[in-house]
Amino acid sequence: MEADAAALIGAGLAYGLAAIGPGVGIGIVVGNAVQAMVRQPEMAGQVRTTMFLGIAFTEALALFGLLLFFILFGAGG
Amino acid sequence: MRSPILAQVVEVPSDVNHLFDWPDVLPLGINRVVLLMFLATAATFLFLYLPVRKARVVPTKMGVVVESLVDFVRNGIARDTIGAQSAKYEWLLIPMFFWVLFLNLFEVTPLINFPVTSRMAIPAFLAGLVWVVFVFVGLRQHGLSYIKNSLIPPGVPKALLILVIPIELISTFLIRPISLAVRLFANMIAGHIMLTVFFLTSASYFVLEPKAVAFVIPLAFAIVITGFEIFVAVLQAFIFTLLTAVYIESSINVEH
Repeated sequence: MEADAAALIGAGLAYGLAAIGPGVGIGIVVGNAVQAMVRQPEMAGQVRTTMFLGIAFTEALALFGLLLFFILFGAGG
Repeated sequence: MRSPILAQVVEVPSDVNHLFDWPDVLPLGINRVVLLMFLATAATFLFLYLPVRKARVVPTKMGVVVESLVDFVRNGIARDTIGAQSAKYEWLLIPMFFWVLFLNLFEVTPLINFPVTSRMAIPAFLAGLVWVVFVFVGLRQHGLSYIKNSLIPPGVPKALLILVIPIELISTFLIRPISLAVRLFANMIAGHIMLTVFFLTSASYFVLEPKAVAFVIPLAFAIVITGFEIFVAVLQAFIFTLLTAVYIESSINVEH
């Protein structure tokens, strides 16, 4: 296989695989936040802030994958 | 990567790096990005200064908007996160929120359509500033024991320290600023690419076959995504400021 082709395949795989975990993770974070908000509506504001914080930390992994995609895409394209 | 349809409509650069290449419009390396940064700085200053420059009993309409937004950053982000000492860090948090917000909103501003924060230099600079601030705050509050306390979590057995110290070192002093910068950068560039793809697809369908209404589908997607990108721009400015506050708080109340 040519090196360029390998880099492009790797680019696609890097982002695709990096999106799996954070996808599941953000689902868990938001699902539990919704549960917390429904159980204690008076805490909804605080829960929402914490939820965005949790999403931000989880999402960072997917975004590292996106960055890797750019790096590999630049190497192969 | 190089679609034949697109190539007929727009000049597709042969190398992806051309997308990140901007010619200088003024000397001293001032290109479009730098001009937009100046514009955002001026917008931040005017937005925070003009509507409230005279103290009034009943503020003007813009004054109410500015006051409620500043109140949101000051109380909703700074005081709720940092606590009693939050007033000391408002000089950083409030202008940074609005600056990042304006830079993000340029993504959906007509005729500009370019999120300045999708150039890595700007989030990297901001994250470096945040790094300097939270390390400085920690050192000033606790002296050198700040380093020791942030590297050694409480209640860890001595034998595990050889594993824990490198992990904490990397996660606190390396991954924090990198992920702060990358989060903002990657969110904005992903939105920018998404908008570009849908609008360009729509435009190329329209140019090639205006009678077939296929161009409506990507256009509809693009309009929906524009709304989503406004949400993302505000959310990322909020998260950037919130995480800055969280990092400063973790330096003030470092675990013992």
